[in-house]
Amino acid sequence: MLKTFRIGGIHPAENKLSAGKKIVNAALPAQVMIPLAQHIGAPCQPIVKKGDKVKVGTLIGKSVGFVSANIHSSVSGTVNKIDKVMDASGYKRDAVIIDVDGDEWEPTIDKSDTLKRECNLSSKEIIEKIAGAGIVGMGGATFPTHVKLTPPPGLKADTLIINGVECEPYLTSDHELMLEKAEEIFVGTEILMKAVDVKKAVIGIENNKKDAIARFTEISKSYPGIEVQPLKVKYPQGGEKQLIEAITGRQVPSGALPISVGAIVQNVGTTFAVYEAVQKNKPLFERIVTVTGKEVKNPCNVRARIGTPIKNLIEIAGGLPDDTGKVISGGPMMGKALPNIEIPVAKGSSGILIIPYSEAKRKAMKDCIRCAKCINVCPMGLNPTLLMDLTEFQIWDRAEKQKITDCIECGSCSYTCPAYRPLLDYIRLGKGKVTGIVRARKN
Amino acid sequence: MNVILTAVAVLCIIGAVSSAILYVISQRFKTIEDPRIEQVLEALPAANCGGCGFPGCNGFASAIVKSDTMDGFYCPVGGQTTMDNIARILGRTADVSTKKIAVVRCNGTCEHRPRTNIYDGASNCAIAAALYGGDTGCSFGCLGLGDCVDSCLFDAIHINPETMLPEVVEDKCTACGACVKACPKNLIELRKQGPKSRRIYVSCMNKDKGGIARKSCEVACIGCSKCQQVCPFDAITIENNLAYIIDDKCRLCRKCVPVCPTNSILELNFPPRKESKEETAKAEA
Repeated sequence: MLKTFRIGGIHPAENKLSAGKKIVNAALPAQVMIPLAQHIGAPCQPIVKKGDKVKVGTLIGKSVGFVSANIHSSVSGTVNKIDKVMDASGYKRDAVIIDVDGDEWEPTIDKSDTLKRECNLSSKEIIEKIAGAGIVGMGGATFPTHVKLTPPPGLKADTLIINGVECEPYLTSDHELMLEKAEEIFVGTEILMKAVDVKKAVIGIENNKKDAIARFTEISKSYPGIEVQPLKVKYPQGGEKQLIEAITGRQVPSGALPISVGAIVQNVGTTFAVYEAVQKNKPLFERIVTVTGKEVKNPCNVRARIGTPIKNLIEIAGGLPDDTGKVISGGPMMGKALPNIEIPVAKGSSGILIIPYSEAKRKAMKDCIRCAKCINVCPMGLNPTLLMDLTEFQIWDRAEKQKITDCIECGSCSYTCPAYRPLLDYIRLGKGKVTGIVRARKN
Repeated sequence: MNVILTAVAVLCIIGAVSSAILYVISQRFKTIEDPRIEQVLEALPAANCGGCGFPGCNGFASAIVKSDTMDGFYCPVGGQTTMDNIARILGRTADVSTKKIAVVRCNGTCEHRPRTNIYDGASNCAIAAALYGGDTGCSFGCLGLGDCVDSCLFDAIHINPETMLPEVVEDKCTACGACVKACPKNLIELRKQGPKSRRIYVSCMNKDKGGIARKSCEVACIGCSKCQQVCPFDAITIENNLAYIIDDKCRLCRKCVPVCPTNSILELNFPPRKESKEETAKAEA
């Protein structure tokens, strides 16, 4: 019997077109635009100026405040300027623009591919190294990892969960990484276990990645304390709270952090980045991006430097198809449509999905027929149709009582609605408003 | 028969006892409401729009009666007449304040601002603004989905179907400020209505550098500061590549309007300009 979470969930068509495609390295672009806000929290302060020479891995943005992450150059060359550039948020924000010249890496970085298993650092040193390398949650939420590894006082984790679920349709970047860098992910897991001082780690993988499960189960024999847990295929299992419930059976209470039930969750991509940062001194400046879509000639998994314009990646996949309705950053469920294809790859770009016009076009909204399908599929046990109405009529006190802030924005409600109601659009708006009201009340 | 009589008697006794208790309690805990609150409430327009900053007309009435001054109290819907009436009821004098009106500071019509994307999500400006900057190159301009129209209680703002921009109906606008709060792009501002409704304002909020602003919209303010130089009253400020006319200082001389290279300064309700003597002379020659 495969484990999964208890309430809600859907099973959209998987469409993993790029599964099994080896990771290809994207060619270095002529110019990169590295946004200074690639994480949740305060944007970085640039520490380079026009004309400065940088190498691959040079620190260019220093984190300010507790919830923030450093940003490093992904190329070697000269800083052209610091200017406002449109990023995946859809707005122009500060970015460092670097003209590429050669590919010279910082001498501290170990470029070799050999596996380095021993790690003699203490927990504090590991977390410092992770913070220095600017690692953020690579599943898409981009929450700074070192903050997650520093639990509030009085709380202690007993289980580390590694998220290899990749429940979003189309995306295969984590899957491919698990196949090619399996040992490294295990070492990364050991490092993370040491960092948060736990004896047990579970790697959760959905059952549609049987090759990865087989390989991981084989390797786990030589890594005591780490076990592999196959999971039933169900969206949104990659959600932090859903994954904790699926694996440990514990439910995270409303408004609480996962640490309150003794769990810490890290994505496999993050785990690999942690391995590289701690063992190879390599800061986070590249990531695996899935470029895919039904009309795309050659769906693939690309290793791209942060700041590469996404049009370069689309070229690798055979160019922008004629029938392009939307270009989405991320997966089809939680991703965000992009206004143009000059936008640079950021730390949270897990995929670029090109969907044809017929699928991209939203159908006209009809009246709610009270079928309660959205309530059935909501993995957080909320009432999406009520939350949408409360937001539309701006009844914020009731929306707060109905736990609008618990919404994980998975989009299951909008996906399942037979009347094509934009449930999530409104709930996301209401969630933002209510969060603001709650925060204002606290201060 | 006896049963009925007993029941009636018992009910009468219960009734008498409860009424006695209720009477004692109502006397003991009597609240005396200031009768002026009722009078002020009657003088107010009962729109309950919240434009004054209080929760409805009742909240405004109680607050103004409790307070000692008229400072900080203004009913935008009723305007000066209402405030004078209230002042008479309370035996105070009302300050004379100028009538304001909502002004939409974007002139990016379809022809001025080419579309770069198509948005077909939920028809709500706040949702679209959370997604991206908008379906044109300008991320500061009007999205045209009508959050301001929905927020208006007085039917005073409408989207013009040709320009896809909101237009304020001057007679109906009460300057309650609901649309100002509703606009996620912060485009709407309450400005002095001006004598004979004559107003001058910069109809743009684009803070991009000149070249970028100009590329995305033909009538964008490029922050060239020509208007600032020509203004004899020091009423124009330039901040973040954007000009702003301070309506307290502006004397409506209209010198800034013709010098604007992108026509982003708008003049409303002015009589047509007379051709200057020099130009006439040139034409004659």
